[in-house]
Amino acid sequence: MLKVKRYFKDNLGIIIALAAMILFLYVYPKTHNTFLTQNNIFNVLRQSSTNLMLACGMTMVIILGGIDLSVGSIIAMSGVLGAAAVVWHGLPEIVGILIAVLSGVLFGLLNGLVIAKTKIPPFIVTLASMNIAKGIAYVYSEGKPIRCMTDAWKFLGAGNVAGVPTPVITMFIVFVVAVLFLNRTKIGRHIYAVGGNDTAAKFSGINTAKVKFIVFSFSGLMAGLAGITIASRLYSGTCTSGDGAEMDAIAAVVVGGTSMSGGSGKLGGTLIGVLIIGILNNGLNLMGVNSDWQYIIKGVVILLAVYTDFLRNRKKAS
Amino acid sequence: MSEYLLEMKGISKEFPGVKALQNVDFQLKAGEIHALLGENGAGKSTLIKVLGGIYIAEAGEILIDGRHVDINSVNAARDNGISIIHQELVQVPHMTVAENIFLGREPMGKFGVDNRTMIKESQKMLDRFDLGINAASEIYDLSIAQQQMVEIVKAISFNCRILVMDEPTSSISDREVSQLFDIMRNLAAQGVGIIYISHKMSELNEVCDRVTVLRDGTYVGTFVVAETTKDQLIAQMVGRELDQYYTRDHVKNTEVVLKCEHIDDGKKHHKRVSDVSFEVRKGEIVGFAGLVGAGRSETMQCLFGLTRGSTGTVTLNGEKLNIKTPVDAMKYGISLVPENRKVEGLYHIQSVSFNSTIEVLHEFINNLVVNTKREREITQEFIEKMHTKTPSHEQAVTNLSGGNQQKVMIGRWLATKPKILILDEPTRGVDVGAKAEIYEIMNELTKQGVSIIMISSELPEIINMADRVYVMYDGRITGCIDYEDVSQESIMKLATLEADQTHSGAAGDLNRQEAKNHA
Repeated sequence: MLKVKRYFKDNLGIIIALAAMILFLYVYPKTHNTFLTQNNIFNVLRQSSTNLMLACGMTMVIILGGIDLSVGSIIAMSGVLGAAAVVWHGLPEIVGILIAVLSGVLFGLLNGLVIAKTKIPPFIVTLASMNIAKGIAYVYSEGKPIRCMTDAWKFLGAGNVAGVPTPVITMFIVFVVAVLFLNRTKIGRHIYAVGGNDTAAKFSGINTAKVKFIVFSFSGLMAGLAGITIASRLYSGTCTSGDGAEMDAIAAVVVGGTSMSGGSGKLGGTLIGVLIIGILNNGLNLMGVNSDWQYIIKGVVILLAVYTDFLRNRKKAS
Repeated sequence: MSEYLLEMKGISKEFPGVKALQNVDFQLKAGEIHALLGENGAGKSTLIKVLGGIYIAEAGEILIDGRHVDINSVNAARDNGISIIHQELVQVPHMTVAENIFLGREPMGKFGVDNRTMIKESQKMLDRFDLGINAASEIYDLSIAQQQMVEIVKAISFNCRILVMDEPTSSISDREVSQLFDIMRNLAAQGVGIIYISHKMSELNEVCDRVTVLRDGTYVGTFVVAETTKDQLIAQMVGRELDQYYTRDHVKNTEVVLKCEHIDDGKKHHKRVSDVSFEVRKGEIVGFAGLVGAGRSETMQCLFGLTRGSTGTVTLNGEKLNIKTPVDAMKYGISLVPENRKVEGLYHIQSVSFNSTIEVLHEFINNLVVNTKREREITQEFIEKMHTKTPSHEQAVTNLSGGNQQKVMIGRWLATKPKILILDEPTRGVDVGAKAEIYEIMNELTKQGVSIIMISSELPEIINMADRVYVMYDGRITGCIDYEDVSQESIMKLATLEADQTHSGAAGDLNRQEAKNHA
């Protein structure tokens, strides 16, 4: 009970923002009949699912004091590689899925390796791997979508389990695993330590290289998983999918209260951040707002959410 | 004309839950160097921030030359001739000295900033104090002391009449300190009033005329330095007579527990440790003395597994150890509390609890279960053992005073139950009350059979606490002195061995290197 109370207290600002958005969409005449239907709720959750996967990895990366720009491109690459394995090389779907996920992990491992072993900032390293992954997706698919329509392929992104969309289930499993990993393991604490003070962590005997390696690998894994989920949902591996996905993930993490300077943040906040962005997208669509305008509104909302949180923290500190 | 250049009368400032200042008086004469003394949390920095326009006092008034002034912003303070040199230097490292001095008010020529005039003017100001600093060089290339000098010059360039210096000597070498003091005397002679904040009591006699003591946000008194003893001042600061400042029951000739032989950092360039051998006995405090840059910290980092490529043999209780990483060292019961708690020690935004338990996570996190009760117990145990003052386990360490931060850090390493505890400058930036407590805890630990290696640049600390003192110079051990024979002179002789002859240049380089590392 205490934990639930604490959770509400810590995230009060964004919980109120989320509640206000839901209330508004429920009251607003144009969306009153469509917003709070089971159909639309699943819709929001499904659309948010891949963002939550990315955001789970991104939360850890940002707590660590880093950033991972490559996840969006990894989505495209893993989708293309997975679909190509099935369609062009006749491999079973499950192998295609594994290839997709593993390609994401591989990129995460490489990011982690370079970041852990050199002093090159994560921003630069993942900026490079972002381009490399994107390039692989384009080169391999020759710029064309690789269509794959089998039921086994569609299951992960477009299927259902007992009426619940599969990606929503995947999302919850991923979230629980991430929470357990970050809050209930020694490595989890070490992530906060390295992000809080890298040098102190070294003096503490924490293998900082290992921690960085693990976190970036996890982020890669999440991107691979999101990639195959999207490819499955689109019935195809496409080199343009996942464009800008890293920015949505970063936005969700930051709205969720994780500090860009590292060392602090919680996955619980990230969850709300993801929902805020998901509902915002969904609500604007339902309201029939022009998609060009949506960008502007989204930008303003992100800024407002972070600013109110900043004000609240400053009040708390003084 | 008033007798005083600056008068602060009945200043009160409150923060939520804390009365930081209560009815504090302070008077500064023109041309005097006036020390502001008090333990951490006594209200020194709050008072200075009120003077500097960073905080607005709830009550009280400020008079300059006997006239009431309103200081409600940093600019208002500056307009009234007040300059503050903060402990953490606020300069732009990759700009030149001249650019830093003229930051925000650059002289403009026909084509933008007139660089030549700027450098010429700056050089003139620097030369007034005979500093030997080139106005065109980058701040980044200067030592900490030189950066401080630049900051002073910048302050004076604003026609400042009241100069506040917050612990300017905490990270500079003795030679540079005396240069700094010369400048301060020079300024005072020109009629500038200087407020000087320092933890180092020994500096008061050297440079200050009067001293004002604060305690728990209240005014205790103002004294003439030459007429007051150090013990009297300490008693005023802590509000009680410290019956015993140093607590040490010396031990002698106990069994040897740790033996380090031929330790070498294996570096080709900037070698700091070469062929260092020493031993540590059970229940002993072994002091390591030497100048800044003599290689003491680096030696311990080799021993602790922090230096890759270091060589040498380490034997603990007859068993030869293979230490490659800090984790190995801790496994054998060796812990190191690092020198610079800000950089190497604390996780600032994290809680006291997080900071206390980060070394012993395995005691309460297992198989995806966090035993929060055990976590609280460990935290509480070391808060009590170290007499740490903190409002709660969840308090962020950055909000604690320096002394309490240090206690949290030492407590964290005690939690690993070390047999050998290495303390690198255990009382740097810690106030006298907390210092005495830390000495007492060290003594207590050795009675329980722990052996302590203490690196310290404070000679009184080394002389009073250590059972044996190793002295290092230029990466080597130049001698070992028993506590019966130890004295300031005997240590300094070993610490500056050769310094006057062939290696004086090298020592300078080391200091410079050290300063760069700090920057």
